[in-house]
Amino acid sequence: MIEWFKRYGREIKPQIEELHYSFFIFRKNPVTLVSLLTILALISIAVLAPYTVPYPQSALGEVHPYEAFEPPSMKHLFGTDEAGRDVFSRVLVGTRISLYIGVLVIFLALLIGLPLGIIAGYVGGKIDETIMRITDMFLSFPPLLLALALSVAMGPSLVNSMMAIAIAWWPWYTRLARGQAISIKERPFVEAARAVGVGKSKIMLRHILPNSLTPIVVQASLDFGGVILTAASLSFLGLGAQPPTPEWGLMVSIGRRYFLNSWWTATFPGLFILITVLTFNLLSDGLGEVLNPKLRRA
Amino acid sequence: MKNAKERLLEIKNLIISFYSYRGIVKAVDVDNLVLYKGESFGLVGETGCGKTVTALSILRLISNPGIIERGEIIFNGEDLLKKSEQNMREIRGKAISMVFQDPMSSLNPVFTIGDQATRVIKIHQNVGKKEARERAIRILELVRLPDPRKIMGVYPHELSAGMRQRVMIAMALSCNPDLLIADESTSALDVTVQAQILKLMRELKEKISASILFVTHNLSVVAQTCERVAVMYAGNVVEVGKVREMFKNPRHPYTIGLMDSIPKLGEKAKELRGIEGMVPDMINPPSGCRFHPRCPHTMNVCKTQKPKMIEIEDGHLVSCFLYGESRQV
Repeated sequence: MIEWFKRYGREIKPQIEELHYSFFIFRKNPVTLVSLLTILALISIAVLAPYTVPYPQSALGEVHPYEAFEPPSMKHLFGTDEAGRDVFSRVLVGTRISLYIGVLVIFLALLIGLPLGIIAGYVGGKIDETIMRITDMFLSFPPLLLALALSVAMGPSLVNSMMAIAIAWWPWYTRLARGQAISIKERPFVEAARAVGVGKSKIMLRHILPNSLTPIVVQASLDFGGVILTAASLSFLGLGAQPPTPEWGLMVSIGRRYFLNSWWTATFPGLFILITVLTFNLLSDGLGEVLNPKLRRA
Repeated sequence: MKNAKERLLEIKNLIISFYSYRGIVKAVDVDNLVLYKGESFGLVGETGCGKTVTALSILRLISNPGIIERGEIIFNGEDLLKKSEQNMREIRGKAISMVFQDPMSSLNPVFTIGDQATRVIKIHQNVGKKEARERAIRILELVRLPDPRKIMGVYPHELSAGMRQRVMIAMALSCNPDLLIADESTSALDVTVQAQILKLMRELKEKISASILFVTHNLSVVAQTCERVAVMYAGNVVEVGKVREMFKNPRHPYTIGLMDSIPKLGEKAKELRGIEGMVPDMINPPSGCRFHPRCPHTMNVCKTQKPKMIEIEDGHLVSCFLYGESRQV
């Protein structure tokens, strides 16, 4: 190990310093740090929950009619729901579903949106016109409404609702990426790259894409909350996850009926939605700062 | 005597236009320009006279709305304008490379120097990752960057302008080009760094036996580095000759005006003179000789006919009717 470090330490030193600076900038901003820690906590919950929660069977939908609507206690931290399932276990397991939705939808939207935007911006001309008019068509609907219509058309299920949201979401990234590509393609290093014989696709991949990533990453992390919220909304309306999936939106939707008598069934999943959306929004603010090369090194 | 040398690059009847909303800008109209192997050649002229466009056209990097209307750019015996885009890409960076004006923004800010330098080598030379890296380090050493191994790992913004320009030069030279085009490569640097960079380029030119085309508006750069120089005015080459000859004995009225408009050290203070009038509108360039509205020696023939390039002395070409009695080329 020491031998290895002696040999390669010098080469990886810049990368290590890079990470160090990132943490430094995070540290300077306590709100970002708290949100980062919260997200790390949410991720570890998502990973570990199915194995560690007190009632894993509750998350799968096991029914205990005699234990229905028990208020929060030491036995059931968040109480139990109408079927006697442990809300605490269900909320924690639901974290995995929500993060999964967020990551997958954003990934899918970026997968469609980014290449289209960069091609539109860099190549320009008729291709640009065509791509942008298509995105305009999508953008003329509010995203929630479009996702709603699409998931109705495709039939209610979790996967369909995720696809519907991604389809409603990609045009925003296309727009953003196109704007970035247009500004970056005029920068001298792109011309310099062309002058050393780099091809079009390589320029888009190596020069345009990495340099346009900052606002896109910030936007994506900002959207993460929005996507989770939209997915929860669809589930709330019965178009997303189907019972007994422990999806937060669905749990709020069902818990709402019993809210006056047993507030805990809807409140705790709702609280987790709030925390998740809020922390991702706060983190995206901080990310903007960390990813800004001008604020690094001083 | 000059003609005995091998021709590396020859530009013939090149016309480049830009199609703007206001009209067609006839940016470049160069009849003939020859670069010999191993020489350093200066292309001077004021801002907007078409120097950069000419340089970019050699690499076929003129992009919309600019179009190379016609002409030939013969490089090593082959017409670059007839090559496919694929072939051009192989030439760019390998046979002909370019160093740009602004070192501050000519490097991709998100990758390390090593990453970018290695990549250039890998595009054109069939070598493995390790070998490409070693070559990149060697070439960084060649441009006298201190501690090249460390520089491989840093990002462009961590280097000064002079160091970045050295990196750009290193990258341009990494594939042993036959021709290096330096487009205002020292204009963004302060004079001391400028002198260092010029000295470096002069030395490297000898080392790798390349030709250098300096595109600049700075006559002192030309005086320091070039063997021959061409003066451009409004898209035309008006005079070509050896540097000493041009500075001592300029012939074209525009060149004379240009030489008079730079202050000289050690000379008894003559009043500094500029050239009367303004740079012409390139959408409607003046008829005949494009310099005639500003020329102190305008004759009737200047307004109607375009003067041809004539050789008035060995290797000294000028396109002006004042020297009409000499033999035509």
